[in-house]
Amino acid sequence: MTEKLVIIGNGMAPGRMLEHLFEKAPGQFDVTIFNAEPRVNYDRIMLSPVLSGEKTFEEIVIHGDGWYVANGVTLYKGHKIVAIDRAARTVTSDHGVTESYDRLVIATGSVPFIIPVPGHDLPGVLSYRDLDDVQAMLLAAQSRAKAVVIGGGLLGLEAAAGLSMQGMDVTVLHVMPTLMERQLDPAAGYLLQKAVEERGIKVMTKANTKAIVGNGKVEGIELADGTIVPATLVVMAVGIRPNAALAKDAGLTVNRGIVVDAGMQTSDPDIFALGECAEVGGQVYGLVAPLYEMARVTAARLAGEEGTGFVHSDTPTKLKVTGIDLFSLGDFADGDDRQEIVLRDASAGVYKRLVLKDNRIIGTVLYGETADGAWFNDLKKKGTDISEMRETLIFGQAYQGGSPLDPMAAVAALPDDAEICGCNGVCKGKITGTITARRLTSLDDVRAHTKASASCGSCTGLVEKLMVLTLGDTYNPAAVQPMCSCTTLGHDEVRRLIKAKGLKAIPAVMQELEWKTSCGCAKCRPALNYYLVADWPDEYADDYQSRFINERVHANIQKDGTYSVVPRMWGGVTNSHELRAIADVVDKFDIPMVKVTGGQRIDMLGIRKEDLPAVWADLGQAGFVSGHAYAKGLRTVKTCVGSDWCRFGTQDSTGLGIRIEKFMWGSWTPAKVKMAVSGCPRNCSEATCKDVGVICVDSGFEIHFAGAAGLDIKGTEVLGQVKTEDEALEHIVALTQMYREQGRYLERIYKWAKRVGLDEIRRQIMDDGEKRRAYYERFVFSQKFAQVDPWSERVSGKDKHEFRPMASVGFAEAAE
Amino acid sequence: MSTMNWIAIGTITDIPQRGARCVATPQGKIAVFRTAEDRVFAIEDHCPHKGGPLSQGIVHGAAVTCPLHNWVISLETGKALGADDGAVKTIPVRVDGERLFIALEALADRAA
Ligand code: SRM
Ligand SMILES: Cc1cc2nc3c(=O)[nH]c(=O)nc-3n(C[C@H](O)[C@H](O)[C@H](O)COP(=O)(O)OP(=O)(O)OC[C@H]3O[C@@H](n4cnc5c(N)ncnc54)[C@H](O)[C@@H]3O)c2cc1C
Ligand code: SF4
Ligand code: FES
Repeated sequence: MTEKLVIIGNGMAPGRMLEHLFEKAPGQFDVTIFNAEPRVNYDRIMLSPVLSGEKTFEEIVIHGDGWYVANGVTLYKGHKIVAIDRAARTVTSDHGVTESYDRLVIATGSVPFIIPVPGHDLPGVLSYRDLDDVQAMLLAAQSRAKAVVIGGGLLGLEAAAGLSMQGMDVTVLHVMPTLMERQLDPAAGYLLQKAVEERGIKVMTKANTKAIVGNGKVEGIELADGTIVPATLVVMAVGIRPNAALAKDAGLTVNRGIVVDAGMQTSDPDIFALGECAEVGGQVYGLVAPLYEMARVTAARLAGEEGTGFVHSDTPTKLKVTGIDLFSLGDFADGDDRQEIVLRDASAGVYKRLVLKDNRIIGTVLYGETADGAWFNDLKKKGTDISEMRETLIFGQAYQGGSPLDPMAAVAALPDDAEICGCNGVCKGKITGTITARRLTSLDDVRAHTKASASCGSCTGLVEKLMVLTLGDTYNPAAVQPMCSCTTLGHDEVRRLIKAKGLKAIPAVMQELEWKTSCGCAKCRPALNYYLVADWPDEYADDYQSRFINERVHANIQKDGTYSVVPRMWGGVTNSHELRAIADVVDKFDIPMVKVTGGQRIDMLGIRKEDLPAVWADLGQAGFVSGHAYAKGLRTVKTCVGSDWCRFGTQDSTGLGIRIEKFMWGSWTPAKVKMAVSGCPRNCSEATCKDVGVICVDSGFEIHFAGAAGLDIKGTEVLGQVKTEDEALEHIVALTQMYREQGRYLERIYKWAKRVGLDEIRRQIMDDGEKRRAYYERFVFSQKFAQVDPWSERVSGKDKHEFRPMASVGFAEAAE
Repeated sequence: MSTMNWIAIGTITDIPQRGARCVATPQGKIAVFRTAEDRVFAIEDHCPHKGGPLSQGIVHGAAVTCPLHNWVISLETGKALGADDGAVKTIPVRVDGERLFIALEALADRAA
């Protein structure tokens, strides 16, 4: 017979409990959930990335609406339970819904603690607990004004980092002398403070808030010493209290939290409590790992199993601020019976400390380099006697047993019961076992089946290494190919983070996204340079040392080290004046080869690098600009003679081609972009194998895209048809801008289009006029900075060092 | 006896960071590199693969990627890194304050 299970609260703890329960006892319960928050179960831990803009809310949902339907769960969103009637065995919500239960689970979590200073209830004072808080902060951040975060613990610092990434001027007030003093010793707290300050966040320690001041809304904070810190937003992150009032009113035993036994049962045998609201063994908890353990126990008891009860274990703390690595575990206070091992590397910003008692690790603080956290945690949990390896212990696992191991070998050497995912308590054996048993091949599958790396994600690297170990070469890491061996991030991730974090220089990208090399390589540097040029056209200073030689000197390098020069011939049209100028240049500089290109213009090959500026000067005199035959940018727009001459021509294809080329030249793109306009479907300019092509027809212009005729041959796809030249231009420009914003470096339009989907592109460019217009405007804006003829710039002296030897050593000097 | 013949070629600021300049000598071009950390190296401007001008490549760490076919050459040893085999000659460099000198001992030998 199905029993009626009612749950109060829909947070991470009961969500996990239900997963276990549906697995153990499918169909045993008819489940109803009341949640005061008007939404489904989401990963509360990941609110900070949502605040900073690194993730969206959709990405952190744990159970979407479909999950509740599929499992027959009734979820009352936005219903707060106001009374439990234990005699009648019912609960009642603030909207008046009453539901009876056979078993009741209380999972009301915590409430943020608000310091009861004067002004604490002014508009503009927030706590940091749920999505509503995040949304309110994001709204406040739009004003780019000043924010004060009270509390320099985990939550406070994550809030401060997020607000600062959203452009606010942030000050953190912390009452203790060092940050995160409950998790870090003063040395690590100091390093953390430095790192926080380097992000432009002000930190005031020993700052005791006396009052929040303001007239009708927050204007500032008054400290005990009389200092006033101005603020339009105040976030209080000073701690949490188990949310146990409802249980207390119902007459259950409540101490700090709702008191439960090791089987998560309250003083009423039909009522369980779990999560942050529960107190077990005299302890309350605020990190998910122990809550998930409670979830496992509760599900087992509800399913009628006896099994092991809840046991306490220490959970490591990590701060989820991108670029700050810290790890803290256990007890690290000084004591007579304790010894410590410390390692400092000031230049690398690394600090590590192990606290030992009776030759066993009891506490660990790692700052700057945290890779060995899992290993120290394992040694601590097992109580391993470390006397044998005492000398090298602090250097980490890689140093044990002779020569340093590579990171792969270090993971291979972990025992099967080593904990990999702290949040979900998943050990190595479980991960490798599940991969093999279920033949898992993707990271998402491993997350789904083992829960490893499914919460805060800080163990993703370890999990991926295990996948490589288990699957060997068949594992293609995460489908996301890293940009190059300098990073683990893929192109899309890097592009997203450049925007989200407002990174505007290559060193900033490398620092913030934790590049593994000091200054990148020939693969990532040109890509990053492009992304920054494309994303911040007005603010980014192009880094020429990160461009390939062709783009650096605006000519194509040849096999013998000479260069070729291709001037623009708009739409392939020229005249006697231009041809004469070319002829003169060829004679003057003794250019060995002149060739008509496949792109309807003239190529002069075999020019010595030293001569380039002079060649350009002469060509410039005749009105030529660079043809960008070397660029990941707009190349040519091929045309045919069209309605001006041809008996079949339907529109002025030559004129449109020239117009497009004049509008778009100089723009940088992920890979080269070639276009063409044909005057009729006979298609003499071969528009149907170009990145973008136009086929003129009587009624207007058919716009094509995503063709290729190089390494791959591919006919174009039709984007759509428009009536006027103006519309044709707007659509083509918008399409190119969309590609500029989304393309991966060196990915041509046809590959990008395949990846994002033709329909999606048509939807945004053809159907959504507003989007199209916005793309168009962004392109026009960036052209203000891009449409500068690089040749005339060089003629007037820019980068002159490129074209001259630094010194010439004569024969006599050399022989001396 | 071999002597070191130090020849002044200019100052470190003549070379952009993560860039290179050439020095013409009777034996061909020498590429002088300056890394992001202001270390200076000189090697023959002639890729061991097919003679590409290494001075035109992208400089990263203490290495340069050849502009023609992307071999990566160590500036410290002149050797090709990774799977490729080959090496170019390295030329001793001395940095004295801002000023740069290269040693042309071998050139002198060959020239003599
Ligand atoms: C000069 C020219 C050949 C000719 O003598 O006609 C040419 C010459 C080169 N092509 Fe091309 N391509 C030329 C038209 C083409 C065309 C035809 C066209 O544009 O109508 C194609 C096929 C169409 C296409 O791109 O889809 C073409 C497909 C390629 C490819 C393959 C690209 C691909 O993604 O599949 C490369 C390699 C690359 O870019 O990585 C390439 C690369 C090159 C490079 C840049 C090779 C290099 O990296 O040094 C050559 C430079 C020689 C130089 O110094 O000028 N070239 N190349 C043509 C210059 C057109 C212009 O005026 O700008
Ligand atoms: C910003 C932030 C970052 C964090 N980072 C980490 C981290 O890195 N690592 C980590 O381990 N932990 C982290 N935590 C803590 C972790 O999120 C919590 O421990 C965990 O979510 C608590 O789960 P819970 O199910 O007990 O309660 P909650 O997730 O708080 O769920 C309680 C739910 O019950 C609802 N509710 C309350 N009263 C009633 C009522 N009377 N009727 C109906 N519904 C009610 C509430 O609206 C709420 O939705 C973080 C927390 C925050 C806020
Ligand atoms: S096809 Fe293009 S890349 Fe190949 S040799 Fe000819 S010009 Fe060079
Ligand atoms: S010539 Fe240098 S890589 Fe080919």
